[in-house]
Amino acid sequence: MCILRTSTRTLLTPILLGIFAITSAAAGAGGITGKVTLEGQLLKAKTINMSSEPGCAKLYSTPPTTEDVVVGPGGGLKNVVVYVSAGAPKQTGPAAQPVSVTQKGCRFAPHVVAMQVNQEVRVINEDATTHNIHPLPTINREWNKAQPPGTPPLQETFAREEFISVKCNIHSWMHSYFVVLKTPYYFVSNENGAFTLERLPPGKYTLTNCVARGLWQTVSRSDHLRRRDAGG
Amino acid sequence: MKTKISLGAVFLVVTALASPGFAQNAQIGKLRGSAPVGKVLYRRYCVGCHGPQGDGNGENAAWIDPKPRDFTAAVFKCRSTPTGTLPTDQDLFDAITRGFVTTNMPPWKPLTNPNRADLVAYVKTFSARWEKERPGAAITIPPEPAVTIAGILHGRELFQKNDCWKCHGPQGHGDGPSAPTLTDSKDNPIRPYDFATGSRFKCGVSNQDLYRMFMTGLDGTPMPSYADTMQPADAWDLVHFLRTLQPFHTQEAATWRAWLPSHWEEIKAVGPDGGSGASQ
Repeated sequence: MCILRTSTRTLLTPILLGIFAITSAAAGAGGITGKVTLEGQLLKAKTINMSSEPGCAKLYSTPPTTEDVVVGPGGGLKNVVVYVSAGAPKQTGPAAQPVSVTQKGCRFAPHVVAMQVNQEVRVINEDATTHNIHPLPTINREWNKAQPPGTPPLQETFAREEFISVKCNIHSWMHSYFVVLKTPYYFVSNENGAFTLERLPPGKYTLTNCVARGLWQTVSRSDHLRRRDAGG
Repeated sequence: MKTKISLGAVFLVVTALASPGFAQNAQIGKLRGSAPVGKVLYRRYCVGCHGPQGDGNGENAAWIDPKPRDFTAAVFKCRSTPTGTLPTDQDLFDAITRGFVTTNMPPWKPLTNPNRADLVAYVKTFSARWEKERPGAAITIPPEPAVTIAGILHGRELFQKNDCWKCHGPQGHGDGPSAPTLTDSKDNPIRPYDFATGSRFKCGVSNQDLYRMFMTGLDGTPMPSYADTMQPADAWDLVHFLRTLQPFHTQEAATWRAWLPSHWEEIKAVGPDGGSGASQ
């Protein structure tokens, strides 16, 4: 289930964006690969005005743009979290390693970070300015921590499955999403919209995808892809 | 009739024992707050703004800015506990007693101490978090050092280095470059504190309160916690500098004003050219 904190304004925008879907999903040896594409009219990314933070603005030769909708060749949609929402085997093996998100050039990289429940997330500040990391969950704990330049990474965990919007209040354009999932089988689509779910044994799985801002209403039209995996 | 009253009292006690609220009775020193009693008080004094469900949607809420607190989220500004944790009962009691200056929340000193303790107990019934979590451990505040010009100057450097001025403004007037863009956790516009107004701080008036505010952060607002990155001695220096931004006759202000006229050429203005961070 995707849980998204969003505003009324963004709920109204999906019509402009067209429909996205997992257009292909192939069962490979021990995994599923596929591609998420966006069909229809595209919403153009907006230019970010970083003039209030010259130290970050000067890092870009061309003005940076928002990353809510990043469409690659062939309509491939970046930053979509594809995960096994039903049918996945119970997790075995060692605990997941920490995931990292870096603030660089006054942006969060990556823009969408997927992690497991209680998996450690490390937030790093590589900028020469203070950021504040402010997740806005509804069922996890809300916290807000300053991270001046040169200070160690923040280390945090989230206890419940949730799609969490993350802000830096000091720089209003800085936005990220922490997607906290129970399953270890997830992938954030790359710039071509491609995803790979590895180490899945043969079986029948339900895949769900989550996308940030505006597109989430269309999730309900195409969010479940039932597939009998004959491979493996 | 007498029997009916007795049965009613028994029923009330049984209900209280069975309800989640019972586990969330408040303890403030020797005072023990009772949620059922607090409910009666809440519905008389608080419901108009905070609403019958405690979600901040009372009938007055539409005309109030900042909006009344949503108790169902269990996110509170004024805490002695780290960011992301529940406040102590004493924190909530103090908030009700003190009110929130520059907002529609008045000080509730006219209510008795036991009444305010009862209200704390009832406010805690609006979120299941109080059943699952314990309040955070109050942060430790070391004894306040003496006010010195060296400490104030160091605090001023920290005000620059930690980018406090980006919201609170180079002079502390609440007019930093990020100020117009700030929103609270419900996306409502919110203003940073303007030190020049001379109004009280939201979470108390003492130097200890000021220390606590920026170390724990004001959850639900853009004001973050600096506890993870600021040493206690540095925090006290910052407190002493922040006091110089206020139009009060404090020891900090006197020390600063006595030193400044003969040294003003030695210091750089706080702000974009202040020599720290990305703007250098």
